[in-house]
Amino acid sequence: MRKAIVVTGISGNLGRTLAKQLHKTERIIGIDRRPFVGRPKDVEMYQLDLRKKKAEDVFRKNEISAVIHMGIMHDPRMSEEEHHSFNVVGTTRLLEYCAKYGVKKVVVLSSANVYGPSPDNSNFLTEDAPLMAASRFSGVRDLIEVDMLAHGFFWRHPDINTVILRPVHIVGPTIKNAPSNYLRLRRPWTLAGFDPMVQLIHVEDVARAMIAALSPELRGVYNVVGPGEVPLSSVLRELGHTPIPVPHPVARPLLGMLFKYRLANFPPPELDHIQFLCNVDGSRWQQEAGWKPRHSMRDTIRAVVGD
Amino acid sequence: MFEGLGDKIRQRLKGWTEQMAGQERNERLQALVRTENEYGVDPFGFNLDFSLAAVGPFLWLYRNYFRVETFGIEKVPAGRVLLVSNHSGQLPMDGAMIGVAMMMEASPPRAIRSMVEKWVPSLPYVSTFMARIGQIVGTPENCRRLLESDEAILVFPEGARGIAKLWPQRYQLQEFGLGFMRLALETHTPIVPVAVIGAEEQAPALMDLKPVAKLLGFPAFPITPTGLPIPLPTKYRLYFGDPLHFTGRPDDEDSELDKKVRTVKAAIQSMIHQGLKERRSIFW
Repeated sequence: MRKAIVVTGISGNLGRTLAKQLHKTERIIGIDRRPFVGRPKDVEMYQLDLRKKKAEDVFRKNEISAVIHMGIMHDPRMSEEEHHSFNVVGTTRLLEYCAKYGVKKVVVLSSANVYGPSPDNSNFLTEDAPLMAASRFSGVRDLIEVDMLAHGFFWRHPDINTVILRPVHIVGPTIKNAPSNYLRLRRPWTLAGFDPMVQLIHVEDVARAMIAALSPELRGVYNVVGPGEVPLSSVLRELGHTPIPVPHPVARPLLGMLFKYRLANFPPPELDHIQFLCNVDGSRWQQEAGWKPRHSMRDTIRAVVGD
Repeated sequence: MFEGLGDKIRQRLKGWTEQMAGQERNERLQALVRTENEYGVDPFGFNLDFSLAAVGPFLWLYRNYFRVETFGIEKVPAGRVLLVSNHSGQLPMDGAMIGVAMMMEASPPRAIRSMVEKWVPSLPYVSTFMARIGQIVGTPENCRRLLESDEAILVFPEGARGIAKLWPQRYQLQEFGLGFMRLALETHTPIVPVAVIGAEEQAPALMDLKPVAKLLGFPAFPITPTGLPIPLPTKYRLYFGDPLHFTGRPDDEDSELDKKVRTVKAAIQSMIHQGLKERRSIFW
């Protein structure tokens, strides 16, 4: 039987997009707790939790050429314990199996958010910048831990070509992450007097980047940037939204209260993203992988609302 | 609604700048456009239309209030360059006037970048204003990136020590940081020393209320005779010196870098002396 590529978190938006791009050329085995709606017939699916013993069977029974790990959850409403266990324990197990069963290529999806927005940030952060996100927002600690786990794995296993991708804010018509949700609000809050440059990337471009990362000669950490950077106000204008400017000293406690009483789904530290810079330099990835985004800036912005 | 209003004011101000600058200069200013996408903003947030609008009031101050005279602006070389200047005046009008000079008097016009304090991005409105006119946070990475793309960068190595100078310290250069020299060596950038005469008297500070500054998170809290650091209409003179080229290791010991920095400091100091000798009074 053909060697397979294991894709974790395949039932999510990004996973499905990636599977659709890859299944015609590669044998794909998907692992996810959720069912894969609209699964192409040639994608083999294991509906299970990475933390369970059964996940190891996938590696025992199949010959695996590569693993794409996207099974990382970020839901501000989920308990921190469950978050941490699913993301960190899940990743640890998966990386163990990769080493044990001789997988030669591991691609891990991290995020440019691990650097964290801050007033001290340089305009473009390179891959060696410290991962400071948790210093202002403890809710993202496990995402940083996943990135560092993969990083440690990269150093401990020089024979395995590990790639860690840190894409900027992923947007798409059905994506449900904080930036996409925010950009779908008709009357979004902005912080009065703040208009940071933001970077967005289309979900299809991220899927293409994950596939490009399978190329055997690539290894290491890469920031992945979409069509560039643009002021937040221009994004909102392009989408035809009417922002409500809120003074920042008021916004934080107010949002904290709204979040607590479930009237808003953004935890207050997310406000940092519409106040400060968290932009990255993606030139290393573009050069070494010979990769370019396919969606223009306008396309990428419009993708949020599904045009 | 506010956005529409903002746009109208911006158009007015831009028109004013264009009227003051004259037709020929306007055509040359268009060459400064550096947009990479359809939203008219470069990757650092610089926007030419916004900048031309913002320049209007400063150009008026430049011509009618501070009546700026420049000397040797033609010495600024094309391509990457670090302009290193003395800093004073409580409000950074010296930076603004150097910026206007480079835009309106230099040929070809240049939109300089200056490295702003790290607390600027945490200030509402100011942060956005600074980004749109091309002023960015002074981290070494930002500076390196801009020099490598052949920009002109204005540095005040005295930093907050300079701008918050008290009246008795006027025209005495404070301690210089070494960072700019490291970057100049690393990126092979010529340094043009700049002396600003006039700014040091624009807002005489009698004392600096440090506890208040600390409370507000400001670098300093000066007390001037008027109470506020409003600049007086002093006469500005800007002196640009010959470009200095340095060679050496950027990671050299501080003492070695300090020797080179002292060369720059001496060049600025001598131009300050010359400028003070040449002027008739503070206001004329």
